[in-house]
Amino acid sequence: MAVVVVDVMLKPEILDPQGQAVLGALGRLGVEGVRGVRQGKRFEVELAGAATPEAVAEVERVAATLLANPVIEDWSLHVEPSGISA
Amino acid sequence: MVSFPGSLDDRDAARALRLAGAEPVPLWHADHDLRGVAAVVLPGGFSYGDYLRCGAIARFAPVMAEVVREAERGLPVLGICNGFQVLCEAHLLPGALIRNDSRTFVCRDQRLRIERADTPWTSGYAPGEEVVIPLKNGEGAYVADARTLDELEGEGRVAVRYVGGNPNGSYRDIAGVSNARGNVVGLMPHPEHAVEPLYGPDPRSGTSGTDGQRFFISVLAAMAG
Repeated sequence: MAVVVVDVMLKPEILDPQGQAVLGALGRLGVEGVRGVRQGKRFEVELAGAATPEAVAEVERVAATLLANPVIEDWSLHVEPSGISA
Repeated sequence: MVSFPGSLDDRDAARALRLAGAEPVPLWHADHDLRGVAAVVLPGGFSYGDYLRCGAIARFAPVMAEVVREAERGLPVLGICNGFQVLCEAHLLPGALIRNDSRTFVCRDQRLRIERADTPWTSGYAPGEEVVIPLKNGEGAYVADARTLDELEGEGRVAVRYVGGNPNGSYRDIAGVSNARGNVVGLMPHPEHAVEPLYGPDPRSGTSGTDGQRFFISVLAAMAG
C-alpha cells in the first residue's frame, strides 16, 4: 500500500481569512518575528496497491478536479517515501 | 429546484417560484434527468456539509451533469448562495467563494445594485436599480484573479454589486455574476427571502420587502417572451 500526499494552498493573490486569524492569535500570544500565515490543506490518499505511474496519475486527476479548485488554489503531490517500494 | 443533502432554502425557493406564478418541480441531487423543466434554481444551504470546499462535492452530484449540459445550451440557471458556490465549482461561472474577510457569519438586509438587467433572471429590474434583499453566509467572499475580474467588468457580466459597504470582502464589491450568454446567474444574497410583504427585509429599510420577487417573475417573462 502506498500513500500519496496532496498539499493544497490558496493562490498567493487570494485572501486567506483563516491564515489572518492565526496570525492575529500569534500576535496575542506574544509570538514575535512572524510576518504572515497562510493556511492550506493536506490530503493523504491511501492507495490499495503500489504507487504505479498510472495510480499516481489518477490521484493527480483527482487533485486537479476535486481536492483543489484550480481557480483559487495551487496543489502539489508526492508519494510518501515509505510507500514507494510497498 | 434542486435539493442536495444539506440544502436548506430549497422550500423557500420553491415557494418564491410558486408565488411568482411558476410551477416548482423538485429535483433530487441523485436524479439523472431534469424532468423537462424550463429553468433551474440551485438553492442555498450547506450541500454535503460544505466539506472540502463549499459546493465542491455537490458539483459532482449526478444531477449537475445535466444542469451543466443544459446550461451550456441556454437553459436559465440561477444559483443562490450555496447554489452560486456550486455553479462556480462546476465552472459554469468564473471565480470562487471563500470565507468572509470578517471571519464571521453575516446575516442582514443588504442593499444591492442590479448591474446587469438583460439576463432572464434580472430583466424585471432597471439597470442600476437598487434593491434590498437578505444576505446570510459565512463563505460569501467572491474572489478571482485580476484578469478574470477585468474580463467580467469589461464584458458587463457583474450581475449584482454590494452597495453601502462590502459585507464580506468580495473583490470589487461583487455580489453576483453571470456567464457570457446571461442565462446562468449566481449571487450570494437571497432573493427568495424577499418575496412577501412582512417576511422580507424590514420596510423601515425603505423598501417594500419584496425586492427579490422580480428574479422569479423575470424568468417567467423571459420564457413567455
